[in-house]
Amino acid sequence: MSNRPPLSLYIPEPPARAGERADFSFLDIPPPGETRRPDITEPEAGMRDLPYGLVRVLDEEHNAVGAWDPRLPPDVLRRGLRAMLLTRLFDERMFSAHRQGKTSFYMRSLGEEAIGAAQALVMGREDMCFPTYRMLAWLMARDYPLLDLCNQIYSNERDPLRGRQLPILYSARDYGFYSLSGNVGSRFGHAVGWAMASAFKGDDKIAIGHVGEGTTAEGDFHEALTFASVYHAPVILCVTNNQWAISSFSGFAGGNETTFAAKAIAYGIPGLRVDGNDFLAVYATTEWAAERARTNNGPTLIELYTYRAAGHSTSDDPTRYRPDDEAAQWPLGDPLERLKAHLIALKEWSEEQHQAQVAELAEAIKAASKQAEGVGTLGQSKPNVREMFEDVFKEPDWRILEQRREMGV
Amino acid sequence: MPRMNMIQALNSALDIKLATDPDTLIFGEDVGYFGGVFRVTEGLQQKHGLTRCFDAPISEGGIVATAIGMGAYGLRPIIEIQFADYILPAYDQLVSEAARLRYRSNGEFWCPITVRSPYGGGIFGGQTHSQSPEAIFAHVTGLKTIIPSNPYDAKGLLLAAIEEDDPVIFLEPKRIYNGPFDGHYDKPLKTWAEHPAGEVPVGHYTVPLGSAAIVRPGTEVTVLAYGTMVHVSVAAIKETGIDAELVDLRSIVPLDIDTIVASVKKTGRCVIVHEASRYGGFGAELSALIQERCFYHLRAPIERVCGWDTPYPHAFEWDYFPGPARVGKALRHCAEALA
Repeated sequence: MSNRPPLSLYIPEPPARAGERADFSFLDIPPPGETRRPDITEPEAGMRDLPYGLVRVLDEEHNAVGAWDPRLPPDVLRRGLRAMLLTRLFDERMFSAHRQGKTSFYMRSLGEEAIGAAQALVMGREDMCFPTYRMLAWLMARDYPLLDLCNQIYSNERDPLRGRQLPILYSARDYGFYSLSGNVGSRFGHAVGWAMASAFKGDDKIAIGHVGEGTTAEGDFHEALTFASVYHAPVILCVTNNQWAISSFSGFAGGNETTFAAKAIAYGIPGLRVDGNDFLAVYATTEWAAERARTNNGPTLIELYTYRAAGHSTSDDPTRYRPDDEAAQWPLGDPLERLKAHLIALKEWSEEQHQAQVAELAEAIKAASKQAEGVGTLGQSKPNVREMFEDVFKEPDWRILEQRREMGV
Repeated sequence: MPRMNMIQALNSALDIKLATDPDTLIFGEDVGYFGGVFRVTEGLQQKHGLTRCFDAPISEGGIVATAIGMGAYGLRPIIEIQFADYILPAYDQLVSEAARLRYRSNGEFWCPITVRSPYGGGIFGGQTHSQSPEAIFAHVTGLKTIIPSNPYDAKGLLLAAIEEDDPVIFLEPKRIYNGPFDGHYDKPLKTWAEHPAGEVPVGHYTVPLGSAAIVRPGTEVTVLAYGTMVHVSVAAIKETGIDAELVDLRSIVPLDIDTIVASVKKTGRCVIVHEASRYGGFGAELSALIQERCFYHLRAPIERVCGWDTPYPHAFEWDYFPGPARVGKALRHCAEALA
């Protein structure tokens, strides 16, 4: 042995664990309006400060400030708020539906609703989103039928995915929402390929893809960024950094060492880091990246900085690995409350209007849920088992036909 | 009719698709300017343009992932994995995504991609230029797997594969790219010029997926083979003098079960030949299917002649490769067995 000190293996640890007080003192959060807004035609080499900044628009007084203010008309803000509210109320109802045994599984988007809501309003109807399983707000912003969501979650006879998919792994082509799958990251490269196809055809559509910060550790992340960079694909690649991948904190994805937006630098792609709980900041940065993509200026990586306020899924108990009060202590607040306060500050919304909308949306969710329950919940109703054998191929081969007969259907 | 080797026949199929279907495009490692390490895409970029046939980063997962996204958009991508040994980084994309997209989305999205890849041994390729991975795709519901054994079939099957709306794994036996190889490595090489299947029409035609070919009719034993092993089996049958019926499967999935069953019911005996290692190989599935469907017609145990259950070795090329001597031995054994 040499006389050097022995090597030591470093294992990252979050600042606080269960039973301890939440500690976000390590966070360096720049004030709203501080991060600059470059022109979309600026070369990437001139934008390398941005991945270390944090685009924020809403200030502590709920005003929109700085160059990234998207100057949205109040009706767009109200649509965004409605989508976020609808997502949250729907999540609550389906979470309790799971507790009542009406479905096998559910995942909430709590605290991340601004992302899907804002992006669904920025992107065109012909564009395609390649979402994660925490992007329900996209569908809500685009008025996907609540009844179809409930039917999918209950896997009942009216399930649009015919009982084949785990609850919440939606597919909604007409709403620009690509088929979800349980294995993380594997659609990130599909977004790039879809965007390449649009460019190949000389079309004007663009794609937006999502992963969580935990999934950036998958090879798919590197592959997607490499292809997006090499072929200048018209795609927006998003990392939702909600601090947690089930029980492992973002340090296990490399978050202690750098920002996730900064990964873009190595690929020669602009990287933006955004307050993911600020509807206006999400909207503005997505709009900026979309404009870059649409004008042949290539891809953008956006890190959406947020906090997963709920457990990972109905199968997870976050009190076993993180402080109970962490969500409440999150310094970037609640996206829904912040947008609501902004609209009220603009005198375009009121507490009374808000409560009326809560009541209206809750009623709509209740009605859809009841109607779906009328069709049947998990185990009470399901599509014809014959459909289990369909769509494996465009046309079934002899094996599938034989096995269907073997089942007597 | 012109003579083509398998490379030229495949190139011809790709050329036809690029010329007639604007939604097709080709990409993969070294396939663009250079024309592919086996020359299958030679001249296509020059003729059809940069965006129709282009080079890709060395990333099999990325190649398949982007192709799936293109397929979802409405294109019909034809991609190349340089060696089938290197398809494994893309296995998640093929199994979890390509194979299931139609099923899980209830037909909202589908995956009309063709994944071409040279496969198989007999070329001193060692462990990572010789493997035959068809069984790991056969087990994946939602994938089709095709293996041609001659230039005529290669072109017709590739055209059919590209036109399929389901994902197709198209494995090309690289040992017979230039000529039929019967396993007699110590004899002079043959070219496709002398083989009847080297006659390939210039224009468009298809060989339907899911159809086997009876290469040689016979009465005593059925031999099931595909790829290079078809030619090895031809030699073994000739050398043993046994009147065997040789069936070239051509399609692993969908399988032409009717042709197989009819042949085995006629002969009562069956020898299965493949290069891939035996345990869990596709021969096991074939054997089980025949046992289930032809049990009362079988007059001898089904035999399997396969690669050994070892990684594909370098120095032991001809000890590993199931050549005509091993196939012939199994043929005799099977033909002479008394029920």
